[in-house]
Amino acid sequence: MSVHHLEEKFQQTVDAEIKIEAKDWMPEAYRKTNLRQISQHAHSEVVGMLPEGNWITRAPSLKRKAILIAKVQDEAGHGLYLYSAAETLGMSRDQMIADLHSGKAKYSSIFNYPTLTWADMGAIGWLVDGAAILNQVMLCRTSYGPYARAMVRICKEESFHQRQGFEALLVLSKGTPEQRAMCQDAINRWWWPSLMMFGPKDAESTNSDQSMKWKIKRKTNDELRQNFVDMIAQQIKLLGMTLPDPDLKWNEARGHYDFGEINWDEFWNVVKGNGPCNKQRLQARINAHEEGAWVREAAVAYAQKQANKKKQVA
Amino acid sequence: MKNQSNSTVPFILYLADNNLILAQRNSEWCGHGPVLEQDIAITNITLDLIGQARMLYQLAADHINRQNGNQDATEDTLAYLRNEREFSNVLMVELPKGHWGFTVLRQYLFSEFQYLLYRHLSAHADEPLSAIAIKSLKEVTYHVQWSREWVLRLGDGTSESHQKMADAVQDIWMYTGELFQAAPFEDAAVLQSIHTEWKQRISETLEEATLIVPEKVFMQQGGKQGIHTEHLGYMLAEMQYLQRMHPNATW
Amino acid sequence: MQCSIRKFYYGDIPEEQGGGAAPSESMNQHGWPLWEVFIRSKQGLDHKHAGSLHAADARMAIENARDVYTRRQEGISIWVVESKNIHASDPGDADSLFEPAADKIYRHPTFYDLPDEVKHM
Repeated sequence: MSVHHLEEKFQQTVDAEIKIEAKDWMPEAYRKTNLRQISQHAHSEVVGMLPEGNWITRAPSLKRKAILIAKVQDEAGHGLYLYSAAETLGMSRDQMIADLHSGKAKYSSIFNYPTLTWADMGAIGWLVDGAAILNQVMLCRTSYGPYARAMVRICKEESFHQRQGFEALLVLSKGTPEQRAMCQDAINRWWWPSLMMFGPKDAESTNSDQSMKWKIKRKTNDELRQNFVDMIAQQIKLLGMTLPDPDLKWNEARGHYDFGEINWDEFWNVVKGNGPCNKQRLQARINAHEEGAWVREAAVAYAQKQANKKKQVA
Repeated sequence: MKNQSNSTVPFILYLADNNLILAQRNSEWCGHGPVLEQDIAITNITLDLIGQARMLYQLAADHINRQNGNQDATEDTLAYLRNEREFSNVLMVELPKGHWGFTVLRQYLFSEFQYLLYRHLSAHADEPLSAIAIKSLKEVTYHVQWSREWVLRLGDGTSESHQKMADAVQDIWMYTGELFQAAPFEDAAVLQSIHTEWKQRISETLEEATLIVPEKVFMQQGGKQGIHTEHLGYMLAEMQYLQRMHPNATW
Repeated sequence: MQCSIRKFYYGDIPEEQGGGAAPSESMNQHGWPLWEVFIRSKQGLDHKHAGSLHAADARMAIENARDVYTRRQEGISIWVVESKNIHASDPGDADSLFEPAADKIYRHPTFYDLPDEVKHM
């Protein structure tokens, strides 16, 4: 079969909403795109453990401590599911991690912002996870089977993440004046970076129609961002807080909220490594990996010794 | 461990403090483990320990509130508003997390102790306490299995891992004696019988891990009387700061 | 054909836009093998593929599977098998392997028209 013919057949399969599986023929660009997207998603989960992990030892009650630990642990699990999905496309986890550590592979820029107060745990859950969930729900229907299945599992587990964040903020919003100020401050700092999570405006992402055509992606950046703004603009009323955007207002004609312009210079700067925490996040991952090397080696050596012993007995 | 109300609360707090402080230490691994799967594993143990600490603090709070005729004590007042001298955990659990080998070795030595203690407490006269022991015993059984396997892997892994574990055994051994030194709230005879069995289990494991059980080591103690290492103060300062800074706030 | 795709959410910050060093080819020589995990969710059901993970040996694989895949009471029994030991059919053979079953509709009970009076058969 010619490549052209295979590509046609592949597109028909995708159009018929049939999932593509690991051993199926796929265009090289489809494989690469998925590999890049899934591995970057995996890196985002793992690096995303750090800003919240930062507050585990300082959580203000035993209940909050347990919730936070369970949530950060879930992110490790999600990273693991996603690395596994990416491995089906022919790259080892070790290689993906090496690419992360060398700076070749990227992760979501949101995790390069610092978590400065306890209220940031609430704001991350509500805003950052809220933004993530919109994207992830869409990805449950992505065309690559292993990715879609990982996302289904992740979405199931994530459902408590946003809720716990909102609830933590709700408690602060009803608390002391200091707690209320802490709450508003966290929302102020996390609002714009959360909007940036959806990526550049559609007008600037010239090639995104190919990933729509392949059904890797099913909604545009701007569509998802608008969904997010509409959702949050309603929910914030329950907190009695405000979003730091003077241009935010309901547009009756559009049936959506209008909102202000995102600072794209900041976005690209953080992507390029100039965010407040880029260096320390990556360094923390590299340290964990390097300090764990002797442990991983020993486990392999022990497993080999045990296998040899079994052989000798047999 | 006799059912005397004047020793029950200190004893429950002792059990709770051990769990909380070890959980607090282990939680430092979350996001920093040697491999993703083990990051998740140690964090599961951390969550088990916090769960046990919470049940025990709640039980202690019930006793205290009944004695005082109010509702002032809660799991959080006990965890967050007592100071360095009031915590009665053993020194072993407050030591810095060290490397992965130190963490799994400490977990193993402590979990074996906890297993034997909980097994005994399963028949305790204080029914809520025995219920907690029965529930926790299942968790601790897994902690023993998991940490024991890691001690074997690292002790009998590479020469580097073997050396690291041999050093870790030397470093931690002087903190093991305290587990069996009966405080006024404990039953010396019970501890002694636990000690015998503990020593036997540990020796078997260390031997299989090609590690040597230290002999004639001077044993540190004081945790049960609130005389701690310098590490605990820093740990509590970090753990308690929000509660201390915002008195009476709800989280 | 158009290959580059821009998607800037999780994943897909194009590499030329990022900072950082040159790609590293170094591979960890001590990587743990990949295992496939099968979980029985409750007594009476089959073990079902849940996902995969890395572990140094089978025992560790089972424990990792317990810690990773049953945190929310998803299982009561675990199987693990090293991924390299799984043999799969070739998707290229799918037509010859599976299409021939398509016209054997007489294997299905609904193929047969029975009078309503028969009820359960």
